[in-house]
This record gives sequence, structure tokens and C-alpha cells, in this order.
Amino acid sequence: MLRKKECVAMLLAGGQGSRLYALTSNIAKPAVCFGAKYRIIDFPLSNCINSGIDTVGVLTQYQPLILNEYVGNGQPWDLDRTFGGVHILSPYEAKTDTSWYKGTANAIYQNIRFMKMYDPEYVLILSGDHIYKMDYDKMLAAHKATGADCTIACMQVPMKEASRFGILNTNPDGSIYEFEEKPKQPKSDLASMGIYIFTASKLFKYLELDEKDPNSEKDFGKNVLPAMLNAGEKMYSYRFEGYWKDVGTISSLWEANMDLLGDVPKFDLRDTERVIHSRSPLAPPAYVEGKVVNSMIANGCDIEGTVINSVVGTNCVIEKGAEVKDCVLMGNTVVKAGAKVNYSIIDEDVTIGKKAVIGDVIEKASLVESKTSGIAVLGRGICIGDGKEVAAGDIVDKNI
Amino acid sequence: MASTVGVIFSSTNDENVPELTKVRSKGSIPYGGRYRLVDFALSCMVNSGITTVGMITKNNYQSLMDHLGSGKEWDLARKEGGLILLPPYSDESEMLYRNRLEGLKGASAFLKKCKEDFVVVADSDAVYKLDYRKVIDQHIKTNADLTLVYHEHEGGDINSYIMLDTDSNGQIISIDVNQRASGVRKHYINVFVARTSYLLNLIQTSIARGYSSFSGDILVPAAKTGNIYGYKYEGYYQNVDSLQSYFKANMDLLDKKIRTELFADRDIYTKVNDAAPAKFSETAKVSNSLIHDGCLIEGTVENCVLFRGVKVGKGAVLKNCIIMSENYIGDNCKLSYVVSDKDVAIRNGVTLAGCAQKPYFINKGMHI
Repeated sequence: MLRKKECVAMLLAGGQGSRLYALTSNIAKPAVCFGAKYRIIDFPLSNCINSGIDTVGVLTQYQPLILNEYVGNGQPWDLDRTFGGVHILSPYEAKTDTSWYKGTANAIYQNIRFMKMYDPEYVLILSGDHIYKMDYDKMLAAHKATGADCTIACMQVPMKEASRFGILNTNPDGSIYEFEEKPKQPKSDLASMGIYIFTASKLFKYLELDEKDPNSEKDFGKNVLPAMLNAGEKMYSYRFEGYWKDVGTISSLWEANMDLLGDVPKFDLRDTERVIHSRSPLAPPAYVEGKVVNSMIANGCDIEGTVINSVVGTNCVIEKGAEVKDCVLMGNTVVKAGAKVNYSIIDEDVTIGKKAVIGDVIEKASLVESKTSGIAVLGRGICIGDGKEVAAGDIVDKNI
Repeated sequence: MASTVGVIFSSTNDENVPELTKVRSKGSIPYGGRYRLVDFALSCMVNSGITTVGMITKNNYQSLMDHLGSGKEWDLARKEGGLILLPPYSDESEMLYRNRLEGLKGASAFLKKCKEDFVVVADSDAVYKLDYRKVIDQHIKTNADLTLVYHEHEGGDINSYIMLDTDSNGQIISIDVNQRASGVRKHYINVFVARTSYLLNLIQTSIARGYSSFSGDILVPAAKTGNIYGYKYEGYYQNVDSLQSYFKANMDLLDKKIRTELFADRDIYTKVNDAAPAKFSETAKVSNSLIHDGCLIEGTVENCVLFRGVKVGKGAVLKNCIIMSENYIGDNCKLSYVVSDKDVAIRNGVTLAGCAQKPYFINKGMHI
């Protein structure tokens, strides 16, 4: 029997994530930590396996070291399959025309041979910068039911934010008659979530056409989708209702972390229906001796200070007298005695010295004009000396 | 290091802790918020460079198998060697082994196939962190037939201790079996090292002579005439031979020094479960406690060890408790010195209390 996979997923994980500044100076955006023990890529990978898709190509390009190591053989997501499973696909040298991935469409184009190994009927295209839980199988069922060539997942966004997204203008039956990439005057509030299902033969056809077009930017949103629409292919929208957040900016990343907190959180990771898997680190349970209120604490932490309205990642140490409020600590961070950390995102492996002051109380900091909306950001592995200060909204990527 | 194979007994003296071993073997008793007792012996072996481990099982080992799986969490899912379960009835043995010697006989077919020169045999009834390489080094240096690992401490109330006396070179000169300990003594911790060929020979001749007790028939005479040495282990050691010692072993982890010794290197491996991080609500008050991923704390928790997925309701007060995974503690419950096995639900407003000497135990799956 010929072995094949009905649907293969391709996860675009090569983006730099430049609007995350210091958080992505040396790791790819999908590898950025989220929710105390996860990385962003856990969400699409877990969604895949929870939707019955066990063949995933992860396209990497920018700073892939940590991402590659994290994904590994895919075992934490049950994606270590004998046929299928997760595969890291980096740009490669070819006999002719060796190149980096030049755009989202070109990245997929360069891996047509990978997809064809599984002889799929459908290809699911995902991106590695969103936090959500979604059953792709339902979307695939809709794709089959409408007989579409391409189905684009979308959700309603506030009209005033619509110009930040790719906007779908649809007929009442959900078919798409127009696709506008970041329109100044949006006609609808249906935003593309960057999740596409293609009938595989059509995808291959249009990728090859796009590749030959010298004027194309080799981008799905700008080139491939409009080209398909112009050629009269059947394109449908698929409405998603539920939590979905683009975490491409410092403030949205902070907000998404805060959405996990509260008695009735906007996004509930405790829901055991569709578990988000991760490479759970080997650490004993958290030791808690201080005051911890409305917060999330991962294993391996040692909390003897105060933690309020914060998300604290694996293996953090909050010493006696230290105070952490409205913060995201990604993991392996030490906050020494007497330090005060407010309204900040602290990347992994950071040391904050005794009595250091990071950020300002949220009420004041959120008024500060900065690239980060007032959130102080400390990059990976840096060390803040005893008594040093980092102002609200500052981005620090070297020792102070 | 010298090539070494490991053998672990997953059930030894299970009857000493009937509460916890009703549904599992000694080695799979949950411990410390996320571990099982067997994790310590097994991780120590892996950290000592051992890549082939035979696991001797006896009774109700389903939960042990569930925990160990393929052994991948210990890097023991291998083509060459790895974790090999040695269940009863698998060899020439026609009955469940009755003693350690018969248990070892059951493992001898496995050992014969191993090419490793040395073997470490360990129980899984205790919490400790020992580098077996050091024991083997000493074993080679002293040219001993057997090297028994001991730890100096005061005995408890059980009559099943094995105590050693050594001369100044470390050679064992006498062994007391099944005696009540008084004062600090050198307690054999059921870990020994031998050359694989020596052990196989010993098993065979002992069975042929009709011996039935490893300690009584082999160790005691060998101390008088043979060439056996003691290895002094000086780190943290706590065995679980009663509910009381189980309680103490867990509470010991609230001591930073002990926690650091055991876990600072993050090299005690265990089965991984993808629970969401622990959540603390506006009303949470937690002090001196271990809280595992998956917990939801809305009440007060003091001097406790909470395993994965424990929910503590509003107004509930837990003091000096060990609460295993997936427990639901209702609002306004008052629990003190309670050891609650897995999957227990306690309704709102229930008060339960034990004491350090006799913790109140709740069976797995109970609803109160």
C-alpha cells in the first residue's frame, strides 16, 4: 500500500520578530517563551497533533539554534513518528539557485519536495507567532464541504484595528470576493489569521507560477492569494471563534500573558480538553514561602519574595524582600533581595541585582511614550547590577 | 568508568507501607510533588553512566510500568540495553519469587546476556543521591567480592534493618540482620556492587545449596569469612518503611539544604506530564510549601507538598499535608497532617486531622 498523509502542515517559523526587540535578538520568534513554561511554537504544534495532523514541516531561517533544539525530534508533541512527524526545514544548498527563503510563499515553494513525499490532498499553512487553540480538523472539514481550493481562517477584529491585518471581503456563503492586505480603509472586520488550507495540487500550481513571476514579493498575503482569486479559484473564509492573539509586539505579548490570569481567564491553559504540550523542563515543584497573588508560577521556582499579577517561568528565584508586579518572567531568572520589578518582560537567564529597580508601577509606566508602551524589557542572559535602575519603557540588551 | 549494569528491585517490604502500596509497588510511591521513589535509584544509575537497567517487578506493578514507559525520560529507551522490565514468571521461575535471592535468580538470564563487568543492585524504597561510580571505584580498589553501601543514622521501629560493622579498612566484620536498631548504626541501604560473573556464580551456588535468604544465608556468613566491604554514603538518605517515614521524607524537602542537595542539579528524572503552570488566585496564601504545575490555589497552604493538579478551594486551610495529584479540596476545608492519595475529592467544609506520628491517610480515589 502506498503510504500517504491526507494533510501536511507547514509552519512558517523563520520570521525575525523585529518588533519584539531584545527578546528576539538571538532567537526566532516562535521560540520566545510564553505562559511560564511554553514557547510560542507549542501552540501550533499542539494544535496540529490535537487535530490529528502528525506531519509538520517547520520552516526556519532566522536564528534557529534554540528553536531547533527545542523542537528536536518532536517527542513532547507526540510528533516523533516513523512516517511523518515534525521536520525542521532550513534553507539548503541546491545544484542551481541556492537561496535563503525570500518570502512566505518562496519558503513553502522551496519545500515542495518535502510535501510531495507524503502525497497529501491538502496542505495546512501556519505561522509561529500566534497564541490560540484551534481544531484544524474542523477547518479541513469545512474546506472539503465547500469544495474550496483555498480556505482562510479568519476572525472578527475591532474595526479600528482592521487596517493592521489582511482583510477578507466575503459573500454571505463565506466565499471570498476580495482580499486586501492591510487596507487603509477596510471594508470589513474579518481579519485573516494567517492560517490557510490549500488543496495541494492548487497550492503547488500557484507556488510555481508565483516563483516565475519576477514582480512577486513571494508572499502569500500579497501575491499568492490575490493571484488565485484573480484566476477565479474557489476561496472560502472559515470563521474562528475563540481566543486568538498575535504576540508580535512587546505589549501584545505582555497582554497575552496577562490573559492567562484571573479566576475566569480569557485564555485558559488549564482546560484539559486540548492540552498544550511542551518540552516540560525537569524541575521539582515550585517552593513558595512569600506572598503570591493572582499569578502563575511554573515548576522549579523558589519564591521567597512577593509576586503579584505576574507570570513566572520555570526555575526563577525571587529572593526575600524582592517584589515582582505586573511582570512576565520567562524563566531561569534571579531577582535578588530588595529588588523591585514592575510592568516588565524579563527574558530567560537574567539576573537582577539587590535593590535594583526595573520599570515603574503600571499606572505611571503605561503613560510613558516608548516603543514598548512603557513596558521595561530585559534581554536574554543579561545581568543588572545591585542598586541599578532601568526606567519604564526601556529595552536593555546588555549588562548594566 | 568500568562497564556496569544496574538491577533494581521495584518491590521490597511493600507490606511496611500498606496504605501506599495497596494500589502500587514500593518503587512507584509518589514522592516530593512529582517523583516516584524509583526515580532516585534509576536516575542515580543513569547519572553514573549506566545505560542498561533491569527492573525486577513483583506485585501490582501496573502503575510502575505506566510511570517508566519505554524509559525515555531516563534516556533508557535504547536499541542497545536501556530499561528492561523483568516481571515474574518470565524466566525459568515457576512461581512468584519469595525472597531477594529468588528475585535475583529471576534476573540471572538477563544478567548472563549483559557484557558489563560490574553490576549495581539497588532497591527503590528510599530517597538518596549516590554516585555509583564511586562505589565501583572502591570495589575495584579493595578487590572486594561484594561492596555494600551503608548510611549512618538512627533506626526506626521496624525490625527489618541490616546493620554492619566494619574495620578501619572498611572491610565488613559483622552483620546484624532483622534487629531493632538502637542509636546511630551503619545501616545497609540495600545497594550493593559486585562483578557480574561473581554475582551470577553466587546466585547459582546459593540456590543449589538451598539458601533462601540473601542477607541471612549469604551476607552474614560472608562477613565472617569472606571478602566484603562497606561503602559509606554520606549524603541525604531517607527510606520509606512506614507512613510516618513517608511523611518525614516529603516534609524534609521543605528544608532548603535537602532540596538543594537532591534537586539543584536537576538530574533526578521522572515521567513528564504537561500540566499548565500553577495558578494562585487573589485569595491564595502559601507559605513554606512545594506546589507543582497544574495546581490551583485559592485558599491557605502551609508546610505542604502539593502534587500536580491539586485544587485548593476558597477559605480552605491546609497545614502539614501531603496531597497527591488531581485532588480536589473544597472550600473552607480544614486539613492538618493529612496524606491524601491520588484522585481524592473532599467536599466543602470538611475538617480532617492527624498528627506527625500518625498522619490521617485518605485512600486513592475516595470522596469525602
